[in-house]
Amino acid sequence: MWSYFANPDRFDHLARRALPICAGVSFLLFAIGLPWALIFSPPDYQQSESVRIMYVHVPAAWLAMFAYAGLGASSFVYFVWRHNVADVAAQAIAPLGAAFAFLCLVTGSLWGKPMWGAWWVWDARLTSMLVLFLLYLGYMALRGAIEDEKLAARSAAILAMAGLVNLPIIKFSVDWWNSLHQAASVFRFDGPTIDASQLWPLLIMALAFTFLYLTLTLMRMRTVIVEKRAASLERRLEAQGVNL
Amino acid sequence: MRKSNRRLWMIGVGALVLVGASALAVTALRDAMVFFYAPGEIAENPPAVGERIRVGGLVVAGSVSLPARGGANFTITDGLGDIAVSYEGSLPDLFREGQGIVAEGAFDEARVFRADTVLAKHDENYMPPEVADALKKSGLWNENGEHRYGSQDGEDVGASEPYEGSRP
Repeated sequence: MWSYFANPDRFDHLARRALPICAGVSFLLFAIGLPWALIFSPPDYQQSESVRIMYVHVPAAWLAMFAYAGLGASSFVYFVWRHNVADVAAQAIAPLGAAFAFLCLVTGSLWGKPMWGAWWVWDARLTSMLVLFLLYLGYMALRGAIEDEKLAARSAAILAMAGLVNLPIIKFSVDWWNSLHQAASVFRFDGPTIDASQLWPLLIMALAFTFLYLTLTLMRMRTVIVEKRAASLERRLEAQGVNL
Repeated sequence: MRKSNRRLWMIGVGALVLVGASALAVTALRDAMVFFYAPGEIAENPPAVGERIRVGGLVVAGSVSLPARGGANFTITDGLGDIAVSYEGSLPDLFREGQGIVAEGAFDEARVFRADTVLAKHDENYMPPEVADALKKSGLWNENGEHRYGSQDGEDVGASEPYEGSRP
């Protein structure tokens, strides 16, 4: 099954059709979710209007983790079966995941100051999320630092897979240790502890973020494939003695 | 053995070692990675006088006194122990009775916790003010922060109490 998608041409064909759909769905969901979350949803009984930061913070955090799962999975497929499209996916996902992690950290900090009374604390949840951000940066730095492309891809894949261990730590950090960060409100065994009038806009925003992520991933993957082709063409021409 | 199978085995063994190592590290760091100690933990394992730590718990209702010179004195609890806290400084907006807070400082000789920082801990409950008011009215509200919005026990009580009274 993997080899079916491993063909860059077949991928390109698929991506070209999936792209406008993902982009359209994302736009539609943002058009509903943004006004609902930022204007029409009720204020919180304790946080009042500051609760609206949550509608960006929580989807950003989810997507940062979801993207990392994608980075780990594509690194795994590339490392074991050496399918190039999987490596392209990993390469495309890394900066997007980093951006989501960064957005999560910044919005969290903006919320923390008025609510907790501190921009930043070294509790387990915040620290493990910072580690996730640094893992993304480390992945990109490692890829950029090694000249040999195949070696760079393999080394970065190992780093990405090892970093997967951080995902359950982020998720359960608030249960395993006393932390300042609150426990989970949505994905918990006894059901959400967030009112439906706030849960729905949150879920719409999360879906909008997800489709935005898919759109950007496909776009970046296509770009990376074209870049690789251009580079290999250049090399071939240079080998033939053509001066560029 | 095919090359891809060999790589699969490599990853499998690597993952086992990594997960094992992380599990050990997480267990070993259990104490180092807690952001604060609960009053129950403090009672079991009292820290030395003057040792800088963070303690966290719910502000006991009726325990807050605001001296004229500023700051606040209050007691925090986790149901297993109490800690008297004396704080000089301005309180965060979310500070109130029944609220979870984290205080940073040290115990003095009288076992009073002298805090120089107080952080308000927000819990995982999100709801509009109207819902909070309705819950308070129907008697489902628990000021100690143990209230679970929409959880099983909450719904059970909710189904039996408010509706029976209004039936003709």
